Amino acid sequence: MSECLQRIWRFGDSINTDDILPGKYAPFMVGETEFQRYAFAHLRPEFAADVRPGDILVGGRNWGLGSSREYAPQALKKLGIGAIIAKSFARIHYRNLLNLGIPAFEAPELVELLQDGDNVRYEWAEGIVHRGAESFSLPKPPLFLHEVLAEGSVLAYYKKYKKFPGEGRLS
Amino acid sequence: MTYDLKGLTLAERILSVRSGRRVKAGDLVVVPVDQVMVVDSIAPSVIRLLKEELAGEIRYPERVSFVIDHVAPAANVEVATTQKQVREFAREHQINLFDVGRGICHQVLIEERLAQPGWVVVGSDSHSTIYGAVGAFGTGMGATDIALAVASGRTWFRVPETVRILFKGSRPAGVTAKDIALEVVRVLTADGATYASIEYHGTETFSLSERMTLANLAVEAGAKVGLVPTVGEALGAYEVPDWLAVDEASYETTVEIDLSGLRPSLSVPFFVDNVHPVENHLGVPVDQVFVGTCTNGRLDDLRAVAAILEGRRVAERTRLLIIPASSTVLEQAVADGTVATLLAAGAVFGTPGCGPCMGRHMGVLAPGEVCVSTSNRNFMGRMGSPEAKIFLASPEVAAASALAGAIALPETPSFGGDR
Repeated sequence: MSECLQRIWRFGDSINTDDILPGKYAPFMVGETEFQRYAFAHLRPEFAADVRPGDILVGGRNWGLGSSREYAPQALKKLGIGAIIAKSFARIHYRNLLNLGIPAFEAPELVELLQDGDNVRYEWAEGIVHRGAESFSLPKPPLFLHEVLAEGSVLAYYKKYKKFPGEGRLS
Repeated sequence: MTYDLKGLTLAERILSVRSGRRVKAGDLVVVPVDQVMVVDSIAPSVIRLLKEELAGEIRYPERVSFVIDHVAPAANVEVATTQKQVREFAREHQINLFDVGRGICHQVLIEERLAQPGWVVVGSDSHSTIYGAVGAFGTGMGATDIALAVASGRTWFRVPETVRILFKGSRPAGVTAKDIALEVVRVLTADGATYASIEYHGTETFSLSERMTLANLAVEAGAKVGLVPTVGEALGAYEVPDWLAVDEASYETTVEIDLSGLRPSLSVPFFVDNVHPVENHLGVPVDQVFVGTCTNGRLDDLRAVAAILEGRRVAERTRLLIIPASSTVLEQAVADGTVATLLAAGAVFGTPGCGPCMGRHMGVLAPGEVCVSTSNRNFMGRMGSPEAKIFLASPEVAAASALAGAIALPETPSFGGDR
């Protein structure tokens, strides 16, 4: 097959921010250019070397619990992760993903169907994951998030409009 | 006030008053931020975002505090260099700066009265739920959210649903605020309060320190905020606005916890909600005991440890590391003899700050080591090696374990004086 496929990396429940990037490998400790090499260093040491841009992470319940460290998802962004699909997300981490513009989907049924090592084709705008002849729809984000993702991130939205999504319209 | 607050939870009340209209769970609001707290490990990212993405905008520098606590003093040249930059930026922009040794961000902000009842406080640290101890809507955020709050003086929230915790009965001797806080996390589980506000009722007699321990661990159940009603003597020194009153509100759920049934507990590796009675793990050999952090590094915590260790020695196989939560705590513990008692028992002291809690310096763990810690997370690799084990406990259980060299319960049930 000539077209470029993306790999599924499947993880379990309760993947915490110390799993995603251990505190001792914070950019603050090892430097801004190095830290992404330690993504999942304890849990899955081969990950950072083997992952390819566009690959998709799949997780169970409460993905990203723990610390507010944005450098954990920042490491995933630097590695080019295309999306994270989980049964549910922890709150601070979900906001961080949104702020960095990493598409995050809460899709419990899909999590059950995707296996580690699956090769898929996926585009965020299309909202569909293709695996061979099969295709799976991703849930549509709420309006607020859609406004944000359309501009790229909350930061990009604020820079452009000097206000937060919905601000003014809300009150 | 032209809008009605009747029937609203504490979180809804604060966000209603701050946004100037009646809001309910599920609404989106943009509110002014009364205080933005930034720790040393995140400040470099925030400064970069402010400079490169936000045209250097800092709406209210007097509402911003930088705290150098997560690796303080600096452990290597990389850290020292970034902390230098953080200090220079703070001075240049008249941002509050609390430097090496002043203490842990949350402890310092509360001591400095930079969190007040009814305020909105956001921090670049997940345990910012602790500000709920003084009735502030406190929550943790990542670098981009924090940078936007610094630049604009505002932030956005989805108004959270509220889980009401209702404590009943009286606690048995030996059961501390830490055991109660861990019980809440056990009952709710690690994602049981995701996106929600936890309100802790039946806490009128809780001290400020105990309220801080409770609210601190709210995030370990996934909560956005952990609010302790501003009722009771502990808030005597604060000005509590009339509108921050407890009402017959619409709670999503109410969970009753009978304190009389609790026992001293441990959070067992590798998850905070994996809570079990200490009895189940008695005798597990312990290499290090760590007393400190924003959860349990205050004067009452140090005194409780000293009461157990007085006139005795820490077991030969065990290191007892004590890191007071702030310089104020350290000064008070020196003044009242607590530090002398602990030193005589064989304790080692570190500079007030976060210490080894997140595994960066001052007491990280080797493969195979076991630590009993008064901190808030026992994730795999949290304090160093992924092959080390962290048991979270109260200061009293930590002290008893240091004496025994193994996980242990305090001998006398009536320890800890006025706790």
